[in-house]
Amino acid sequence: MAHTTRVLRSEWTKVRSVRSTLWTLLIAAVVTVGLSALICAFTASDFDSMAESEKAVFDATYVSFAGMSLGQLAMIAFGVLVVSNEYSTGMIRSSLSAVPQRGTFMFCKIFVATALVLVVGMATSFTTFFVGQQLLGDHGTTIGEPNVLRAVIGGGLYMTLIALFTMGVAFVLRSPMLAFGTLMPFFFIISGILGGVSATKKFAHYLPDQAGTMIMTVETGGGGEFGVGDRPYGPWGGLFIMALWVVASLVAGYLVLKKRDA
Amino acid sequence: MIELEGLTKRYGEKTAVDRLTFSVRPGVVTGFLGPNGAGKSTTMRMMLGLDSPTSGHVRIDGKRYDQLQEPLNHIGALLEAKSVHGGRTAYNHLLCLAQSNGIPDRRVDAVLDMVGLASVAKKRPKGFSLGMGQRLGIAAALLGDPRIVMFDEPVNGLDPEGIHWVRNLMQQLAAEGRTVFVSSHLMSEMSVTAEHLVVIGQGRLMADTSMADFIAENSRTYVRVRTPEPERLRDALHATGVNAVAADDGSLEVDGQPAARIGDVAAQHRVVLHELSPQNASLEEAFMRLTAESVEYHAHTAAQGQPPGPAPGQSQPPGGDRPTQQWGTGWKEGR
Amino acid sequence: MIEAYGLTKHYGAKTAVYNLSFQVRPGAVTGFLGPNGSGKSTTMRMILGLDTPSSGQVTIGGHTFRQLPNAPRQVGALLDAKAVHGGRNARNHLLSLAQLSGIPARRVDEVLGVVGLQDVGRKRSKGFSLGMGQRLGIAAALLGDPQVLLFDEPVNGLDPEGILWVRNLMKGLAAEGRTVFVSSHLMSEMAQTADHLIVIGRGQLMADTSVTEFITRNSVGFARVRTPEGDPAQREKLSAALTEAGGQVRTEDDGALRVSGVPLPRISDLAHGADVRLWELSPHQASLEEAYMRMTQGAEDYRSTVDQRSGLQEPVMAPPGYGAPGYGAPGHAPPGHGAWGYAPPGPYAAPPQAGWGPPPPAGPPAAPPVAPPAAAPVPPPADPHTEDAR
Repeated sequence: MAHTTRVLRSEWTKVRSVRSTLWTLLIAAVVTVGLSALICAFTASDFDSMAESEKAVFDATYVSFAGMSLGQLAMIAFGVLVVSNEYSTGMIRSSLSAVPQRGTFMFCKIFVATALVLVVGMATSFTTFFVGQQLLGDHGTTIGEPNVLRAVIGGGLYMTLIALFTMGVAFVLRSPMLAFGTLMPFFFIISGILGGVSATKKFAHYLPDQAGTMIMTVETGGGGEFGVGDRPYGPWGGLFIMALWVVASLVAGYLVLKKRDA
Repeated sequence: MIELEGLTKRYGEKTAVDRLTFSVRPGVVTGFLGPNGAGKSTTMRMMLGLDSPTSGHVRIDGKRYDQLQEPLNHIGALLEAKSVHGGRTAYNHLLCLAQSNGIPDRRVDAVLDMVGLASVAKKRPKGFSLGMGQRLGIAAALLGDPRIVMFDEPVNGLDPEGIHWVRNLMQQLAAEGRTVFVSSHLMSEMSVTAEHLVVIGQGRLMADTSMADFIAENSRTYVRVRTPEPERLRDALHATGVNAVAADDGSLEVDGQPAARIGDVAAQHRVVLHELSPQNASLEEAFMRLTAESVEYHAHTAAQGQPPGPAPGQSQPPGGDRPTQQWGTGWKEGR
Repeated sequence: MIEAYGLTKHYGAKTAVYNLSFQVRPGAVTGFLGPNGSGKSTTMRMILGLDTPSSGQVTIGGHTFRQLPNAPRQVGALLDAKAVHGGRNARNHLLSLAQLSGIPARRVDEVLGVVGLQDVGRKRSKGFSLGMGQRLGIAAALLGDPQVLLFDEPVNGLDPEGILWVRNLMKGLAAEGRTVFVSSHLMSEMAQTADHLIVIGRGQLMADTSVTEFITRNSVGFARVRTPEGDPAQREKLSAALTEAGGQVRTEDDGALRVSGVPLPRISDLAHGADVRLWELSPHQASLEEAYMRMTQGAEDYRSTVDQRSGLQEPVMAPPGYGAPGYGAPGHAPPGHGAWGYAPPGPYAAPPQAGWGPPPPAGPPAAPPVAPPAAAPVPPPADPHTEDAR
């Protein structure tokens, strides 16, 4: 246990001593809050022109998380850099010479990074919620409404799980270029396309990001732009599907780290 | 003490390291030599548990590397100088390594000071020169004050002061009873640093012997004698069955005899000696002879296994030189 | 022929090179030495027209680099081995250089052969080792079959075979009457390659002389004398006779005497007179390294100091077995505390000549100089070398 504590301290030193940590996390928070605020402001001014059917399923909570689709990319960047910079810089040789117990090494690195992401994710989620509701004015909701607190906490969890998933993938792929090249298009383009085409929609629902976003919804009816009414699982079910993805990627990452030469 | 037993590493078809068995003992500097591609780096990486052997094993003080709880306190290694995150300051780089092995923070300042990087402790290694990166790597290796140190090409990029410092450092560490294992391509540097040698070629062990024996076995050693009466000494030596050959510069060269014996003969016959010096061939020469067969990327066949010293004009690669000349003269005339 | 007159380069307030004048003549290998940060690279960059001198000038065959007609055919240089587009293969890299200066394509294959890269010519240089990159850089330098060649640390990353090859290549180029200017930190390598030396320190010229002269002027030779083993009386007798004759005599660890100030024949005569048999009488010429170190004392940037092992002295931190009796060398009071590192006080401080020399060729490594008798980890005082120049 003392050993693990020491490695945790070491990983904390590592993560706080590079600039990319600050930048990626800062961008994740700022972009999420900023873009969500912008969308909320537009929505508020356009609310009256919305169709009645849309108004009926309007999810004020979910709208205030709209910026997360972009902000999560910075979270992904953080997850990739934390892991693959070890490989691209050659630091991994120093790290594994110091901590040859690779399981411990991976656990501590991910633990520290996850803790950090959880704090930033939660802070971002609550901020973007309150800012968004403020801007939505009369159309907004409050934290006391049913399911709203779950959705806001879910927003923080979602960001954390995205970063965790990314770290697992980065342990598999090692090269930051490869990891970015795989993850960015996946989350930004492919997931959107698959989700938009009706033939693939059924399957797209089980992708980590699409399943995970369910946790941020409050109104489960309807099928509009942010409609999630056609999902075969609920908010927690969605988060569970995402968690399965995360576990799979971490297990794959661990196996690669364990088996392959550093 | 580092022990290798039957260490083997294959990459698909290619065998990089082939059944290596040797130990690196404490108290001396052991040099690790081999041409490029001989498997030196792979061997060192397996010693540190970075690569896993296909078969065989390495023991560090009797343990597998990943059985060491705080490996930096047992073994410190400089592998490639840039095993560092370029954006993390030198101090923080060492700090995170120290913390993972329970080494106190102030040791970080101490090693930075020792390698001469105290003034750039807060700088990012991104901007470091090769020599500074090397010093940072050495600092990391010394962090845990380990009983075994391993250096891969430590003097790369260092200036003469740095080279001298590293050499003294390694000898001092060995004199303190530590195990010092160092690989280098610089034969002249090795010959003044190492006492024991491990030579590999194409992944196989070619020699595991003392420096003196290695040179003696793989090259010609002789005694050079100068005297105002060379003929008398020659005859006197001849009478005892020792053959002396006159060299171009007027000295005598005696093969295969200890200098002491010649000195005794000279004293018996009251021959004045102006020089009586055992001549050792260079480590480079000995190494070239041993490894002539296992070199990658031959520049040309002439230099292979050939000791230095042919007349400079002839030492140009025959294969490459001739076309160069023809081609060169061709376009020069055309101008 | 490279000629520098009053070459000076300032970077802001810092003077990298000051009033440097020298000539690099054809037909010889000229070594360019100096500690890190002494201005070697800046000088080389100014020769190649990459940096503009603040004042003074440097010419190649009478022209500044930028005035040279078709410079690549007159000057070849290996500066930074990694100045290659990593995604391009070796052959295309050379081909693009060749096309720039109107050199026929078949010359590319020739130089690839010369440097031994013919088999990997089609591979991307990204996967090259340092040594292969170095060979590629040398190939580029040779491409235009130039009269003047500049090499910066050419043997970096090469294996012994490659080092030998570069050494012979440079000598061969000089023997063909070319001007070969090579910088290196490896003194033993320089001693075997260069005929002439230019040494700079802190941007100023410190020496411009032949290698032999440089060594003779900056060092003291000595003789190694051995007398029959198991008969210390003979050694004492000879030692006394040598001291009486005005020589300085020191006993080395293996029992040999190290004699300076007495020529070899005189030692022989004295031994004869004292009726002492000699088992060895070897002249010892100081090395280029030793001579260089003497000359450039105090002109370096990053100095190493003694390991004080602070923080590791506490028993609490000690790993099992650490500091146990018998672990460190006997006589080291705090385990391991000693004169590690650069310039232990003993020999350096001892005037006048007692410089360190390379250890005897086949003997055990030179014993570490005696540690200061301090019991506490205190840096050795009064040693000008550990003093930081920062």
